[in-house]
Amino acid sequence: MVAVRGSITGRGPDWGRIGLHVGCLAVLLVMLYPLAWLAATSFKPADEVISSLRLLPSRIELGNYATALEGVGGVSVLRLIGNSLIISVGAVLGNVLSCSLAAYAFARLRFTLRGPLFALMLATIMLPQHAVLIPQYIVFNQLGMVNTFWPLVLPKFLATDAFFVFLTVQFMRGIPKELDEAATLDGCGPFRTFFRIILPLSRPALITTAIFTFIWTWNDFFLQLIYLFEPEKFTITLALRSFVDTSSQSAYGPMFAMSVIALLPIVLFFMAFQRFLVQGMASSGVKG
Amino acid sequence: MNVEAPDQRLSEKPRAEKPAEPAEAEGTRRKRKREGAAWVFLSPWLLGAAVLTLTPMLVSLYLSFTEYDLFTAPEWVGLDNYVHMFTEDPRYWRSAVNTLVYVLVAVPLQLAAALAAALALNSIGRGKGFYRSAFYAPSLLGASMSIALVWRALFNDGGTVDDLLSSFGVNMGGWVNQPGWALLVVALLTIWQFGAPMVIFLAGLQQIPGELYEAAEVDGAGRLRRFRSVTLPMLSPVLFFNLVLQTIQAFQVFTPAFTVSGGRGGPADSTLFYTLYLYDRGFTASHMGYASAMAWVLLVVIGIVTALLFRSSRSWVFYNDKG
Repeated sequence: MVAVRGSITGRGPDWGRIGLHVGCLAVLLVMLYPLAWLAATSFKPADEVISSLRLLPSRIELGNYATALEGVGGVSVLRLIGNSLIISVGAVLGNVLSCSLAAYAFARLRFTLRGPLFALMLATIMLPQHAVLIPQYIVFNQLGMVNTFWPLVLPKFLATDAFFVFLTVQFMRGIPKELDEAATLDGCGPFRTFFRIILPLSRPALITTAIFTFIWTWNDFFLQLIYLFEPEKFTITLALRSFVDTSSQSAYGPMFAMSVIALLPIVLFFMAFQRFLVQGMASSGVKG
Repeated sequence: MNVEAPDQRLSEKPRAEKPAEPAEAEGTRRKRKREGAAWVFLSPWLLGAAVLTLTPMLVSLYLSFTEYDLFTAPEWVGLDNYVHMFTEDPRYWRSAVNTLVYVLVAVPLQLAAALAAALALNSIGRGKGFYRSAFYAPSLLGASMSIALVWRALFNDGGTVDDLLSSFGVNMGGWVNQPGWALLVVALLTIWQFGAPMVIFLAGLQQIPGELYEAAEVDGAGRLRRFRSVTLPMLSPVLFFNLVLQTIQAFQVFTPAFTVSGGRGGPADSTLFYTLYLYDRGFTASHMGYASAMAWVLLVVIGIVTALLFRSSRSWVFYNDKG
C-alpha cells in the first residue's frame, strides 16, 4: 500500500531524498548510541567504566557476565529468567485465548447489548491500572496468591488487556464475511466457524498479540514489584531493581551485563517478528 | 445453552408456515443460535470485566473514603483522604505537578518527533522498511528496566552526556542528580520511544489518496500548503488517536521514574511521579485508603483530559470516512 507520489521530491539528482537519508542516519546513530553503550559497557573492565568517552573497551572483560550469571541474593540468573519466562508465556497463552474469543463475538456475532459492551471494552483500554490495583491486590492477598505468579497470569485468561481484544476485532473485521457465511451454509455452527475458519485466518493478529504480550510482560516492573517479594520468585527485572539504589559505578559491569541478558529475548523477538510488530502497531490506529 | 431452545422453536414456526421463504427463516434461526454462542465466547472477558475491572473500581472508590492498612478492617473516614491530599500534603502536589509537567513536555515532543520521522520516511523511498524498524525498536526496549538503568548512567555525574558536554566546555555535572534536570531525563527516555506513534502516523500517511496531492498541486499549492491543507487534515484522526493514547500512558509512567530517581523520586522529589507516590503511600506506607483516593483522582483527571481532547477534536479532527 505504498502511495505513489513521485512528484513530491522533484526531478534530477534527488538532493531532497539524499538529505532525508543523511538526516535519518544521523538521528539513528544518536538513538542507537545508548544500546551500543550498554553492549560495550557490559564488556568493560571495572576501571574503564567510569572514565573516558571511548565506547569500545580496551579488552573484553567476560568477568562481568560471570558475575551476572550468579544472579542476585543467591538466586541464579537462570532461575530469574525462568521465572520471567513462566510469567510471560502464561500471559501470552491467556491473552491469545481469551482475547480471540471475545474478539470473535464482537467482530462477528450479533447479541443484545453488543454496542454498550463494545463501548465498555474500549473504555477499559483507557482505564489506568491503578484504579483497580488495590482491590485486586486485596483479593489476591486473601486468596493467598501474593508472592506467587498467579496475580500476574490469571487476569490475562480473562481478557483484561482490552487493547488486544480491540486489535483482534479490527483484524477479524477484515476477514471476508463470505468465508464464514459459506461455512455456516455448510452446516458449521459458530464454534466450528471460529476454530476452523476465523482462528486460522486471524493468525497475524494472534501472533501480534502474543509478541506484544510477551514483551510487555517481560518488561513489566510495577506489578512484579508489588506481587513478588521472595528472591526465589524474582524475575530478571526485579533482580535488576536491586541495582537501582546503588549508584556506585564499580557495579556497572555486572549490572549492565545482567541488563543485556534481560534485553536479549526482546531483541531476538524483535528481529524475528518485526513485521508483525510494526503492522500490529500500525493497525491499532488506522482502519484497515 | 438454555437460551437456544425457545429460539429454535420460534424459528421453526415461520418455516412451517411459510415454506416459500426458507432462506429467511434459516437466517433467523442462525442469528438466534449465534446470540447464545456469543455469550459463551464473551464469558472470559465478561467475567474479567466484572470481577477484575468494574467491581475493583467500585471497591477502590469505597476504600478511598477509608483508612485501611490491609490487616485491620477499613475504617470509614469520609472525605479525610481527599482533604488531606489537597490541602495538607505538599508531596502530593509535588507529584501531581511533576507528572503534569512531564506529560506537557514529553507527549508533544514525542509526537512531533514521530510525525517528523513519519513524514521523512514516507518520502524517503528505498530504505524505508529498514528505518521504520530501527526507529521502532526503542519503543519495545524502552519500557525495560535495563534501558532505564542505562539512561541513569548516561545522564549521571561523570556519565557520557556530562563528559560530552564538558568537552565542549559546558560543565553542568550530572542531570539525574539535579532537581531542575532530572525530570527531563525521564522525558527524554519517552521521546526516545517515538517509534510507536511514528508507525501509526506512517500507516495514516499511506492511506491519504495520491489524487488529493495531485489536485492540490494542479491548484498551485506549494509543498507547505499541501502539508497544511492535505496532509494535516487527512492525518488528524491518527494524530488524535496518538495524542489520546500517549497522554493516557504518560500519566501512568512508572519504571523510568522509579529507576532514574533511585526508587524514591529524588533528587528533592523532583522525579516524584504520581504513580511513584501512589506506590509509596499504598505499598510502602500501607495507606491503602489514601492510595485508592489518589488512584481515583488520577482516573478522574485522565477521564477529564480525555473528554477535553475528544471535545476539542470536533474542531480540528477531520473524518473523511463517513459511509
